[in-house]
Amino acid sequence: MARLKEAQQKFGYIPEEVIAELAAALDLSVNEVYGIASFYSFLSTRPLGRNVIRVCQSLPCYLRNSEMIIRAVAKEIGIEPGETTADGRFSLELTNCIGQCDRAPAMMINGDVHGDLTPEKIAQILKKYK
Amino acid sequence: MPQARVVLKNCGVIDPKRIATFVERDGFKALAKARQMTPEAVINEVKASGLRGRGGAGFPCGLKWEGARKAPGDEKYVICNADEGEVGTFKDRYILEKDPFTLIEGIAIAGYAIGAKMAFVYLRAEYHYLFALLRSAINQAKESGFLNGFSIEIREGAGAYICGEESGLMESIEGKRGEARYRPPFPTTSGLWGKPTIINNVETLMNIPPIIQNGAGWFSQMGTDKSKGTKVFSVSGDVAKPGVYELVLGSKLRELVEEIVGAKDVKFVQIGGATGRIIPAHNLETPLAFETVLGAGAVTVFNQSRDIIDIIYRTIEFLQEESCGKCTPCRQGTQVMLEMLERFAMGEARPREIRDLEDLSRAMVITSLCGLGQAAPNGVLDSLQYYRNIYESRVKA
Repeated sequence: MARLKEAQQKFGYIPEEVIAELAAALDLSVNEVYGIASFYSFLSTRPLGRNVIRVCQSLPCYLRNSEMIIRAVAKEIGIEPGETTADGRFSLELTNCIGQCDRAPAMMINGDVHGDLTPEKIAQILKKYK
Repeated sequence: MPQARVVLKNCGVIDPKRIATFVERDGFKALAKARQMTPEAVINEVKASGLRGRGGAGFPCGLKWEGARKAPGDEKYVICNADEGEVGTFKDRYILEKDPFTLIEGIAIAGYAIGAKMAFVYLRAEYHYLFALLRSAINQAKESGFLNGFSIEIREGAGAYICGEESGLMESIEGKRGEARYRPPFPTTSGLWGKPTIINNVETLMNIPPIIQNGAGWFSQMGTDKSKGTKVFSVSGDVAKPGVYELVLGSKLRELVEEIVGAKDVKFVQIGGATGRIIPAHNLETPLAFETVLGAGAVTVFNQSRDIIDIIYRTIEFLQEESCGKCTPCRQGTQVMLEMLERFAMGEARPREIRDLEDLSRAMVITSLCGLGQAAPNGVLDSLQYYRNIYESRVKA
């Protein structure tokens, strides 16, 4: 799993070739390695943008209008959840509880946490990620 | 007042970046004291304290340790479960942010007690920003000579709720899909890489240094018959002051949600997150304890504007996504449950679906492999008990 994470960091996703190489090196089937890569939500088997935005969709954030945050982010970068911008700068994902419920609504961009969000704050935050 | 500071006593007081500020406040004295005792005496002290696991299941901590201590084998492991994924829970994050040193001390005492040379902290990927702080705290403890060669390593998750379940967690540390294991064997005899292992929640381990320092008698004075000590609650939702609060076990839910965090017009409270229980406003006098309702201490408050079926639908949506897929009752059960709840939400359910929902819930409770599937129907069953009329009103004649 550590090597899958390395690939994720290096390429922004886990390419099929890496899965095949790892399977051969560890004497596992391609199926087993793919099974691990696809199990975890922070590993991706499809290419993602340079910056991955994960807006929390769980109840505590939902109660604090996370849907408005999702709309604001989508509008700002012009894509829907599950998509990547054409220039490869951003991917937008929805995620389950990220443990920032006291700062709801919250989102993560890469490893950074942003809480107490309002639609007005979104543009300013996104500027920092090139 | 029901508020107390046992687990959180150093939070906001010490500097989590500087071990000296922890040592000044009697840091590592409990570890030194434990090393003067036999490992069996340490375990007996923990047993006598009545400490139960704070991650949701409430298993007696001392018994778990005793099982691992007595299990044959030279190689044993301590795992600290910092994969806090339950919806509405953020107390362990708060503890890691404010006081990583007490946690390290608790882990080291656990290692001494069961005879382990190594521990892993399994940190969820969502808390990656805490990795550097925690690693620095471990290194400071090591360099200051407090660990006596005992090694503590951090392993990071990769985004999977099920990895907070202890057997899924071990699979993940071993580098596999985090699927639940069949039990027995239990981790205390055959855990990580088949070796005797204890898995304790962050908050459970935070209780160890004060228990060793002040004695089991001091600890067991607090709380109720079967729930000793305090509990740290994560409060969120429709409240004025969301945050982390430590209360003596047995405190009333009303004291927490109305008096302390200032909730108004409460309709119901979800305690324990997605796999937790629903408490309607007329039951706010319920004491918070293992005997009644507790989970990992997530308290999500919903006001009168919220619709119970919408909330339960979203709860099951979460569990359906996070089911690891290994056993059929949970994998298929959460899916079918979600489809039924969607029809209730749309007002298009068939009359017999209330019964179907109940039957499916019971089947999942009995037959699921791990706690996720067994507890997934909790919210559905509670809402059917208290808000059956709402379900009935969403049936299409």
